[in-house]
Amino acid sequence: MSTHTIRVCCGTGCIANGSRGVAAALREAAARAGAPAVSVETQVKATGCHGFCAKGPVVAVDPDGISYYQVKESDAEEIVASLGGAPVERLLFRREDGTFARGEADNPFYEGQVKIALRNVGKIDPLSLGDYRARGGYEALEKALAMAPEDIIAEVEKSGLRGRGGAGFPTGTKWRSCAACEETQRYVVCNGDEGDPGAFMDGYIMEGDPHSVIEGLAICALAVGAEEGFFYIRDEYLVALDHMARALADAEAAGILGDSVLGSGRRLRFEIVRGGGAFVCGESTALMASIEGRVGEPRAKYIRSVQKGLWDKPTVLNNVETLATVPVILKEGYEAVQELGVGRSRGTKTFAMVGKVKNGGLVEVPMGTTIRQLVFGNGGGIAGGRPFKSIQTGGPSGGCLPESLLDLPVDYESLDANGTMVGSGGMIVMDDRNCMVDVAKYYVGFLAQESCGKCTPCREGLRHMHAILTGICEGKGTEADIERLEELGFTLKEASLCALGKTAANPVLSTLRYFKEEYLSHIQDGFCPAGVCRALVVFGIDAEKCKACGLCAGSCPASCISGEGKQPYEIDAARCTACGNCRKACHFEAIHPEKRMAV
Amino acid sequence: MKEDIERIVALYPPERRFALAAMQDMQRQFNYIPAEGLDALSAAMGIPIAQLYSMATFYRALSLKPKGRHIIKICDGTACHISGSEVLAAALHDAIGIRPGEVTEDGAFSLETVNCLGSCAVAPVMLIDDTHFGGVTPDRLAAIIEEVGAK
Repeated sequence: MSTHTIRVCCGTGCIANGSRGVAAALREAAARAGAPAVSVETQVKATGCHGFCAKGPVVAVDPDGISYYQVKESDAEEIVASLGGAPVERLLFRREDGTFARGEADNPFYEGQVKIALRNVGKIDPLSLGDYRARGGYEALEKALAMAPEDIIAEVEKSGLRGRGGAGFPTGTKWRSCAACEETQRYVVCNGDEGDPGAFMDGYIMEGDPHSVIEGLAICALAVGAEEGFFYIRDEYLVALDHMARALADAEAAGILGDSVLGSGRRLRFEIVRGGGAFVCGESTALMASIEGRVGEPRAKYIRSVQKGLWDKPTVLNNVETLATVPVILKEGYEAVQELGVGRSRGTKTFAMVGKVKNGGLVEVPMGTTIRQLVFGNGGGIAGGRPFKSIQTGGPSGGCLPESLLDLPVDYESLDANGTMVGSGGMIVMDDRNCMVDVAKYYVGFLAQESCGKCTPCREGLRHMHAILTGICEGKGTEADIERLEELGFTLKEASLCALGKTAANPVLSTLRYFKEEYLSHIQDGFCPAGVCRALVVFGIDAEKCKACGLCAGSCPASCISGEGKQPYEIDAARCTACGNCRKACHFEAIHPEKRMAV
Repeated sequence: MKEDIERIVALYPPERRFALAAMQDMQRQFNYIPAEGLDALSAAMGIPIAQLYSMATFYRALSLKPKGRHIIKICDGTACHISGSEVLAAALHDAIGIRPGEVTEDGAFSLETVNCLGSCAVAPVMLIDDTHFGGVTPDRLAAIIEEVGAK
């Protein structure tokens, strides 16, 4: 009798693609196929994210090592019927050369990935404590209970682990300074307020492996001598909140948390706090203010929060991915993290690679992997075969890198030196149809909205930068604007209170550094070469390339495209709103942006 | 409404740190935070009403005005932005006549943009109440709205 486990990804991305329906259909199909003709015992598990979100819903079959993509409910019967035999070929991943990848092992998306923070995500049922323990879960906590706090901290220090949420502060150092405080009432906090647009690794870790985060925070609490801890989780993360709450309850019921942690007599109490939907609350002091029940405004850090944090008590705050890595360090030794990476950036980092990349999703790679490997190796290049233009890293306060830096290794120091940062690990890939001025405007608009308003440089500076960028996108820019942007950017960097303001100019400064000609094209020629800034652009049809298929006319909301028979189609420039639908619809690259003439 | 407010306030110990959670519960219950709710919370927790008001206006998850029965959230995170979330917002305006921040006249829908729903690989994404929709195109939009509106 052979046993098969079918794992259905139920991460938020796959859920949006209908994976819960697929899981239900597979369960039904497995139940129906219960006939012992091919004595198969099937277990269908809803797991966390398998990483390859762009091709979801993802379904994996164990122990065969098969992975299926874009599975529909109607495929369930066929998958169950194939168990133990040949895989359902049409659902396998098709490589560039047309051959099929059987599973993760021979799929280029997973090449070079080393899963530490994501070790269980997608592999286990996140709501099953048994699954977690079967993979060695809570063994690190048990080990930590037998260790002196000093030894736990030393192990984390030796691993070289640095904060995965943004700043990259050495985790062990943070713990050490907290443990050294005189005040004995201390707190630990897990920052699950992942507010960066385009980053979702923390959400998916909490969804897919909540116990690893709990175990990480428990070890942190033992190391710094805290009994109480908080998980501050974004309110928008419905699944993550649910899974974390259930995992916490299970851990308490099993005696892993509570008045006597694993029977040791040590006390640990953790609580979940739902975020209020404010980006600035990802900043540590703002987050603590929010937990205390106040408006989430940061404070100046003359005194660091490891000394005076929550309720003025010493507090260690770590990010989800950092904490999920901690149990591995204790269980397998610091070498597991330390031996990977480059320079002062050790271990792995999870990136959410999305945007115009062909195979987007979550990838966890050793620090120092090049951008080229990520985008063109794991990501399979740009969707639709379009040219690569830029990659934006580090969230809204990161920067945009050009094609010439594709071979840059991704680590804290290299990115920092080139005007961007690792940040939380968002990576947005852009092609020739993305306008860098528009992207800068988007981020500055976002940050202006999310600025808490406490300090003037951030509140006023961002507002003015946004107004200048909007002017440039509307063709009202002057060359002096560039100087003004640089000056405002400098002021923000020097004078803002918290990291939100200090880094807020990065999107503008980095695009000015690498894509200045695009700004100049808007300012001097009144034209947006990417065809994004609507005030400067109309679309035109290249008569030689047009095949008169009519797809463009059908997609035009302004009904301003006309054509008959086999004659090339035409766009009425006066009525064109430059929405770009026609360009997306065209299969022949026949539609291109042209300068909008003043009426 | 009064009983619901009392029930929510009674869920929490009278400590400041539970104010946000209580307000989030009210938001879920009523789709906004009624003035009576702020009063009750202020009295129970001993927090000046001005401070609760500043929280209610600071946090995006909270609203002092009633929202629609169904809340549509268009994701305008980076990946969704560069995949055409603005086109989606325009198409929604054509379909139900409201822009982000507004509520339809019959109170059925309210529309918001949010920063990131964490489903970037299937952008553009939309959330209606608790249901995620990925890879939404203007074409699919009409069918989705109709389905939800019928409920």
